This record gives sequence, structure tokens and C-alpha cells, in this order.
Amino acid sequence: MDALTLHRFHFAFTVTYHYLFPQLTMGLALLIVILKTKGLRPGGEIYNRAARFWAKIFAINFAMGVVTGIPMEFQFGTNWAVFSKAAGGVIGQTLAMEGVFSFFLESTFLGLFLFGEKRLGPKGHWFAAFMVFLGSWLSGFFIVATNAWMQHPAGYTLTSDGQIVLASLSALLLNPWLLWQYLHTMIGSVVTAAFVMAGIGAFYLLSGKHEDYAREFLRLGVTAGFISSVLMLFPTGDGQGKNIARNQPVTLSAMEGLFETQQGAPIAILGQPDMQAKKLDNPLLVPRALSFITYLRWNAEVRGLDAFPEDQWPDNIPLLYYSYHIMVGLGTIFIAVMTISFWMLRRNRLYQARRWLWVIMLAIPFPYIANTAGWTTAELGRQPWLIYGLMRTGDGASMNVSSGNALFTLIGFMGMYTVLSILFLFLVRREIEHGPAPVHGPEASSAH
Amino acid sequence: MEILWFCLVAIMIAGYVVLDGFDLGAGIIHHCVARTLDEKRLVLRSIGPVWDGNEVWLLAAGGTLYFAFPGLYASSFSGFYLPLMIVLWLLILRGISVEFRNHIDSPVWKPFWDAGFTLSSALLAVFFGAALGNVVRGVPLDASGVFFLPLWTDFTVSGELGILDWYTILVGVLSFFALTHHGALWIVLKTEGPVHDRAQRVARISWYGVLVMTAVVTYFTFTVQPQVGNNLSAHPWGFLFPALAIAGLVLAALTSRPAKQRFLGSCAYLVGMLTSAAFGVFPYVLPARPDPNLGLTIWNTATSGYGLRIGLTWWIPGMVLALIYVTYVYRRFAGKVRLNGEGY
Repeated sequence: MDALTLHRFHFAFTVTYHYLFPQLTMGLALLIVILKTKGLRPGGEIYNRAARFWAKIFAINFAMGVVTGIPMEFQFGTNWAVFSKAAGGVIGQTLAMEGVFSFFLESTFLGLFLFGEKRLGPKGHWFAAFMVFLGSWLSGFFIVATNAWMQHPAGYTLTSDGQIVLASLSALLLNPWLLWQYLHTMIGSVVTAAFVMAGIGAFYLLSGKHEDYAREFLRLGVTAGFISSVLMLFPTGDGQGKNIARNQPVTLSAMEGLFETQQGAPIAILGQPDMQAKKLDNPLLVPRALSFITYLRWNAEVRGLDAFPEDQWPDNIPLLYYSYHIMVGLGTIFIAVMTISFWMLRRNRLYQARRWLWVIMLAIPFPYIANTAGWTTAELGRQPWLIYGLMRTGDGASMNVSSGNALFTLIGFMGMYTVLSILFLFLVRREIEHGPAPVHGPEASSAH
Repeated sequence: MEILWFCLVAIMIAGYVVLDGFDLGAGIIHHCVARTLDEKRLVLRSIGPVWDGNEVWLLAAGGTLYFAFPGLYASSFSGFYLPLMIVLWLLILRGISVEFRNHIDSPVWKPFWDAGFTLSSALLAVFFGAALGNVVRGVPLDASGVFFLPLWTDFTVSGELGILDWYTILVGVLSFFALTHHGALWIVLKTEGPVHDRAQRVARISWYGVLVMTAVVTYFTFTVQPQVGNNLSAHPWGFLFPALAIAGLVLAALTSRPAKQRFLGSCAYLVGMLTSAAFGVFPYVLPARPDPNLGLTIWNTATSGYGLRIGLTWWIPGMVLALIYVTYVYRRFAGKVRLNGEGY
């Protein structure tokens, strides 16, 4: 493999792995704040104990997120030095803001949240939980702001020596691309956390353990899951789709597998892009739907890939197409599952519906897949650009780092992350097995 | 403006070294000062609520360096590719060793992570020192400001350079002693009983190591990097920095003083040494050899004037907030750690 491919794979692998953890912790932070809020009311001790249980899951995931996140900030410099030198004056701002505004906040209050419940008292502990939530959502904002700038650069000027320098901080932070991408990302993390919480509730009910907690987990998980799944489609997914239609039209064509420009363009539900014949094999189409959702007119013309020169096409159209379809397909299924669950919850039928509880439990992995597929869509859709319209991916990598050295560290990360995965699953399984402290009776001595 | 940001980045790096330095030091001496699993838990408790926040200083410093001096960030991070990746792996090992150790109460699980904690802390101390050594010695930059260093070649400071040579290894050893000493004073400050007494002993012994290695490294630095001597003779006020280091080192040795003052002495020593190095190579931030004219300076690596100016408007309030959090958490967890009660 050549150095460029290795640098790309290096970043893709480490960032994909990293995001398995923040996508749970960001959403879970919100759910923990809700639990702690309920815990403030009289007789709310069960919610505080539930929050203590989720704090343990949170802590393991947060630790994984921290140790796999540090390499991300370093890799801009190590593997993408040309890009960093040219654009560091812009995206360094948002990355430094993340460190200064959110990491200090998050780490400080997480320490207080995990180790200070007795010292802080109920309100102080609620505040610590809230600040952890705020810190993690701010962190998400600055990271998505960085990515949004690479998707749709704003607030910069080019200098004569090829540097891309900041011209307006407000334009960088108020990038029109940013709002929908941020909300779509964050609500996606709520979907993951809600499915995990509901799924573990279902697991406990099916196993006949911790049943009082299980019902609370299901109630909060299903409610949050229902709301967030719907918000993923509308307005955030819709808004993000319009961003792409407006600013990256070639990406939209590639995502949809639309090879030919047409009026009344269909949406492909299934099908495989055939890059040799430049058509979609075995298509299952919804006629005119793409024209309608993009332009709100059934007969509007949608540009296909043929409307763009091939050197502007994303360089891996089949993978982009599949990622996008997996994300949308799973998102649709999530709405269906959570709507039915929510309806059963309102009708007081959910806790007894054992077959449906199996569905909720087995759904746990799928939001992870959907979130990963969503980011894969965003990043492959940006290709062949590293900074859309400004710098091609092939021009940004560290050319002084040879392919052998890049492969060495890639293998190192793969080995390390394999070990981390085993440890993570082992520890999380233990916490789930152990479960929350009994509703009545003393708090068991914490393993911490 | 460039000089101001240079100072701010230097302060953040110094903040990282002083704060995470005692975590690393505590890790290094973990096995010498704590014999039983409970004593080891006590050592971990002394850093438990703060180590993650301390590591944030590294990230915040890295981010600040990235936007203020993108040319330096890009050139040094890609040129020091291999050692940086090794540092990342060690930071991962250190992080999970601290976080995962107390999840399972087992005579197999805990000693394993204790060993991982000590190993990663010790190697990180040496690598950070060697990194500083590389920056002082200079790297083989080409005309476009790019270089790539192997981990080692023939261990000399001339000809084909490597990350590790006799000079950078000496700085690594100095860093190892300095952080051991720093961590020992932290444990003295935070514990009582046998752990405290053993840490007291480690602090005394490692202090001699720091003293000897400081003298050796300082002596060789003037020959390896002539810029340091030139800067000092051109601007004699620069002697303030090494003077701070010496004063701190003396204060740290006075066993009659309270543990807090001795720990602050060690902080002053570390800050003094780092600022001496920064002053010594200024205006270079990454000197070049063999041709010193190719070195990266704060002028040729900084971003635009607007970026630096607007950066101040959020950086100052942001860091004030951060300092408030940090002060608050240290006060909350102030005093000696004990084995009963909340926490690790």
C-alpha cells in the first residue's frame, strides 16, 4: 500500500474506533442528568442509584474515549502535516477551544461526579452531572465545527504563500453547515444511549433481575429513543441533506447512486452501484421521491453523476452509497421500533411483552452501526477533497512519513485497540452482570 | 503578538509538566513506596481525581500550539512521528492502568495494572525528557521546514541524527530523576504512615540524582547548542530562569520545611528548567542542524495576525475558567488521602 492510502486508513481506523465511545457518553450524559433530576424529588433514591450504575458504565466508556481520543489530536500533525501547516491557523482554533473550554470542564466535573457524591450533596452532585453533560456537548460542538469547516470552508483567506488563515472567527463558528451537522451528530449519540439503556432494561426484565430498575431504564430509554429517532429524520437529517444538496451536489448524486441526471428522480432503496457500467444493478426504486425530498417538487431535475467531471467524484462511490443507505435504512427501522415501543409503554404493555423485549435488547448494536455509517458517509462524501474545494486529500498527507513507518504505527494501533476492546467488553459485562444496587437495602460497597 | 503566544504555549507546557509530572512520578515510585495492594491504592487515590485533568493540559497545549504555530506543529509532529506514536501508546497504557485497576478485586488483576502504570510512567518520563533534548539539540530541517528522524542511529549528535543519542538520553535520565523526585514530594504531601516515610526516602535519594544530572546536562547543553550561551551572554536577565530552577531545587531539599513548600520548590525547579530551555533556543522553537539558519522560529511558523489576536479573546476567558475549575478540584480533594471514604 502506498503512504497516502495508509495515512487515510490510519486516521479512518483510529477515528472510527474512537467514536464508538463518545457516541455513548455524550448521549448518556444527557440521560444521567435526567435521572439525577428525577433523583432530586422526594422518594427519588431509585433514580440516584440508577444514575450511580450508569455512571460506572459511563466511566469505562469515558476512559476509553479519552485514551483513544488523544491520538486523534496528534494525528493531524503526525500523518497530515501538509494539511495542518496550511490550515492549522483555522482548525487549530476550534481544536484548541475544545481543549480549553470543554476538556477542563469535563475532566474536573467528571472527577467530582464520580468521586464526590457524598461531599457535594444532592444538588451539587446534580450540578456536577450537568457540567459533565455540558462539557461533552461543547466538545462535540468544537469537533463538529472543525469537520464542518472541512466540509464547507468559511471565514478564511488564502495568503500568497499558500496558507489558509482565519479571517473571521464568527464565520467559522456560525458556519451554515455546522448547525444541522452538530444537531444530527449529537442526537445520534442520544439514539445510541437510549437504545443501550432500553436494551439493558429489556435484558434485566428478560433475565428476571433488577426488575424495578429495568422498568425505569426502559421508560427513559424508550422515551428518549422515540424522540431522538424522529429528530434524526426531521428536522436534522433533512437539514443535513439539504446542506449536501446545496453545497456538495456531486456527493448527493453519489450517495443516492444516481448516475444520470433526470427529472422526477427516484430514490433507490436497494441496489449495487456498478462503477464499470455506471449504473445501479438490481435497483428497487421509489419513483420521483428524490426530486420531491430534495426540491419539494415531484418533477424537479436532480443532477446525476454524469453532470460532474469524474475528477470531482468521491473516490469510493460504492462504499459511500452503502454507508448512506445503511444509515438511512437503520434510522427508519429505529423510528419503527421506538414508535411501537413507545406506544406499548403508554399502554402499559411493554414490560410484559417478552418477545418485543427481545427485539429491544438485540437492537443495542445497531445505533453504533448507524452512527459509524453516518460519519463514513460524511467523510467519504467529502472526497476527493480534504478541505472541500480547497485542498485535495492526496495533497495533505505527511510526505516525510514513509509508508513503512505509517504501517508500523497502524499495526500498533490495531493491536492495541484489539486488546482494549477485549478489556472493555470484559469490564462492561461485569458491571451489567453486577447491576445497580438493590432498591431496598444498603448501597453495596462500590468496586471503585 | 508571536512572542506573547510563545510565552502562553510555554506556560501551558510548563503547566502540563508540573501537573502531570507528579502523576508520572507517582507512577514511577509506586512500587518502591507502596508494598501492599492497599498502599498502592493509596498512591493511586492521591492522583485519582486529578490525573485526567492534568493530562488535559497536554491536549490544551497541543491545540494552542496547533493554531498559533501551525508550521511548528506540522513539522515537529510529523518529524517526531515514531516517538510521538510511542508516547501515545504509553499514554493509553497509563490511562487504562489507572482507570481499570480498581474494577476487579483480584491478586492477579491489580498487580498487572500496577506494573503497567509504573512501566508507562517511567518510559513517558524518559521520552518527554528526550523530546526536550531533541528540541534543544536541533533537528535536520530542510529548506521547506520538514524533517524525519529515526529512533536512533549511532547515538552521536553529529552526522545522521536520531531521536535517541547520548545527549537526548542524558536529558531523558534527568527528566526521569526530576519527575521521580517531583512525584515523591507529592506522595509525601498527600499521604501519611509508611508510604509517606518511604516517599520521603525516595525524594532524598532522587534529589541527588536530579542535582548531578542537572549539572551534567547543563554542561553539555552549552556545547551541543551554542545558541543557549549566546542568548545568555546577550541578555543576562535570562539567568533568572536557571536561578529559579536552582532556588526551587534548594527549597525542595529542605526537609525542615512543610511538604507543600518542598513540592512547590520542585514545581519551581521544573518551570525554571523548561523556561531556561525555551529562553536558551529563542527565537528558534525548533533549531536546525547542521545548518542553523534553517531552524523554525516563532516568526516563520506563526499563523496570521488576525488569528493570533482573535485567539486571545477566547483563550484568556477560557483559561481563567479552566484555572477556576482546576483550583476548585484541588481544593476539594486537598489534604491527606486515606483508605476509607469515597473515591478510588
